[in-house]
Amino acid sequence: MAKTLFDKIWDSHVISDLGNGFVLLHIDRLLLHDLSGARALQEAVEKGYAPAQPRLVYGTPDHAISTAPGRTEKTFPPGEPLIRNMRAATAKYGIRLFDLGQDGNGIVHIIGPELALTLPGTTLICGDSHTCTHGGMGALAFGVGSSELVHALATQTMVQRKPKRFRVHFEGTIPEGVTPKDMILHLIGDVGTAAGTGHAVEYAGSAIRSLPVEGRLTICNLSIEMGARTGMVAPDHITFDYLAGRDFAPKEAMWDKAVAHWRTLPSDPDAEFDREHTIDMSKVAPQITWGTSPEHVIAVDKPIPDPTTGPEDKRAAWTAALHYQGLEPGKPIEGTKVDWVFIGSCTNSRISDLRAAAAVAKGRHKADHVTAWIVPGSERVKREAEAEGLDKVFREAGFEWREPGCSMCIASNGERVPPGQRSVSTSNRNFVGRQGPGARTHLASPAMAAAAAIKGAIADVRKL
Amino acid sequence: MEKFTKVTGVAAPLMRQNVDTDLIIRIERLVSNTGRKGLGPYCFEQIRFKPDGSENPDCVFNQAPYRDSPIILSAENFGCGSSREGAVWALAGMGVKAVIAPYYGDIFYNNCFQNGLLPVMLPIADVEQLADEMRASPGNARITVDLENCQVVSPTGRVIPFKIDARRQHALLAGLDDIAQTMSHKDEIAAWQASDKTGRPWVWL
Ligand code: SF4
Repeated sequence: MAKTLFDKIWDSHVISDLGNGFVLLHIDRLLLHDLSGARALQEAVEKGYAPAQPRLVYGTPDHAISTAPGRTEKTFPPGEPLIRNMRAATAKYGIRLFDLGQDGNGIVHIIGPELALTLPGTTLICGDSHTCTHGGMGALAFGVGSSELVHALATQTMVQRKPKRFRVHFEGTIPEGVTPKDMILHLIGDVGTAAGTGHAVEYAGSAIRSLPVEGRLTICNLSIEMGARTGMVAPDHITFDYLAGRDFAPKEAMWDKAVAHWRTLPSDPDAEFDREHTIDMSKVAPQITWGTSPEHVIAVDKPIPDPTTGPEDKRAAWTAALHYQGLEPGKPIEGTKVDWVFIGSCTNSRISDLRAAAAVAKGRHKADHVTAWIVPGSERVKREAEAEGLDKVFREAGFEWREPGCSMCIASNGERVPPGQRSVSTSNRNFVGRQGPGARTHLASPAMAAAAAIKGAIADVRKL
Repeated sequence: MEKFTKVTGVAAPLMRQNVDTDLIIRIERLVSNTGRKGLGPYCFEQIRFKPDGSENPDCVFNQAPYRDSPIILSAENFGCGSSREGAVWALAGMGVKAVIAPYYGDIFYNNCFQNGLLPVMLPIADVEQLADEMRASPGNARITVDLENCQVVSPTGRVIPFKIDARRQHALLAGLDDIAQTMSHKDEIAAWQASDKTGRPWVWL
């Protein structure tokens, strides 16, 4: 029978059929971060279970650490016990930890692909909803809660119900000024934040095939923002070129064997999906969110929506969102004054993202009233950017160059946008209070965020 | 794991879409609180309290009949967003035993069953009608959520059936422990792994 990419990985990982649509699935990789990871490890041990396969488990502190230049684990004191516990627990069970300042450290979803811990055809979980990011490598990756993480540590498996399959085609040439972030925001605006609920999403089409791996990771990253626990892109020569030679990638004869297997993974031409949706790339413009849900998104040259003319079941939510964001319906969103710019997070903090932002910032200067931060996604991204002189470009443009971590994406490390202030952020969530209580967030691409810093207001990067 | 069989009580209508887990529990609370307990006072703090720390009287959880409600009524996509299981712990800490909404964020939905909290799925029209019946008789109206018979009984006595996976229903009724259940498949897991080590040796570092 013809199979999808998802089916092939799922079926080959089923250990046992538990009935009623549930299976016991093998998990090939577990990634731990400082908020959910060490605690899960501790809980597993308290329940009397040592990690079943410690060599398949990897850890990195990223959430509750300061990203201030020269930071240590003490810079953000509430995070210090978490990182200490993580060190002790991973050392005890022989789990590899990429510690602060070490090569390999960074945001958990940046380092997985970067170190080739994430491989095509593997199953991977992490106690974090944006684990779907790893699907950009052709892996089946799920975000899980603490209990499921404890279960996986103890058994190297997960009890799961098979989701439905949803394929999204992005067809055509990517227009000038449009990035993977704009593609996925456009899609979420089109189908809504619940379209993917209960589904595994495959991103396909000519525009996806033309994207480098880093762009595919950005697209998969936002799968959870349309409700899908997992999103994926079929592995191809672009994936293999990206992986070749990376730290944990197979080498020599083993590499050839792996690639031969990976080539069998893409969906069969006649495989069936429960739902299909197509985006015409010629209709996609640079995006900016206006509200408090990623589906509250428009092209930057469009006016702020008017709830009275919107869909009836969304009017109350739109009105509340506009009130929180301090925006007036019907006005252009372009030109809205901005106080903060955050370029970082597992969505957009890879080297290609920093290059795109630097291309906009180069030879220009941020507006005086704006605070602009660049937070590289990993130690390696940071070093690579510095070797290229990107840190210098940013500093000369008045941006702050910081240490890797989650930072202002989630504000769990005390780095916050002050109440009532407006931020353009390259992260993935514009929820109420996400960047700090009362903070007003607009999601956009790195180029759009850099443009906002320069103009001091929401700006159309194509006009710069 | 905690069992769930049946709950009868006041249901608080929090009739908004996309109640995300960041709204249910702020991440800072999970940095400084190291256990599953003690999160109740911070549940929904962004809407329950004003910036100065005083209660927000507009919030349903601060209104007399709805304080300490064991049931929450809400609209589409409840529990979307972050995977933080702390959202379920915080709800449980506030005394919530069941939520009734049209559908949920997938990860939140799974997390509920790990903690004895029942997420019931009913069409929005039914949830709205339940909310109306609650509001029509404040202080007196009660809802029953019955997992054994898979039904909700409204304040006026209407019986509304709901669907749930048989596996999840059974596990929640019996309070079964997932890890112990999986451990009974130990040999199958070992056999799968042994065969995978020959089939995909590059995965095994
Ligand atoms: S960068 Fe943001 S979304 Fe990504 S893992 Fe960190 S907190 Fe989560």
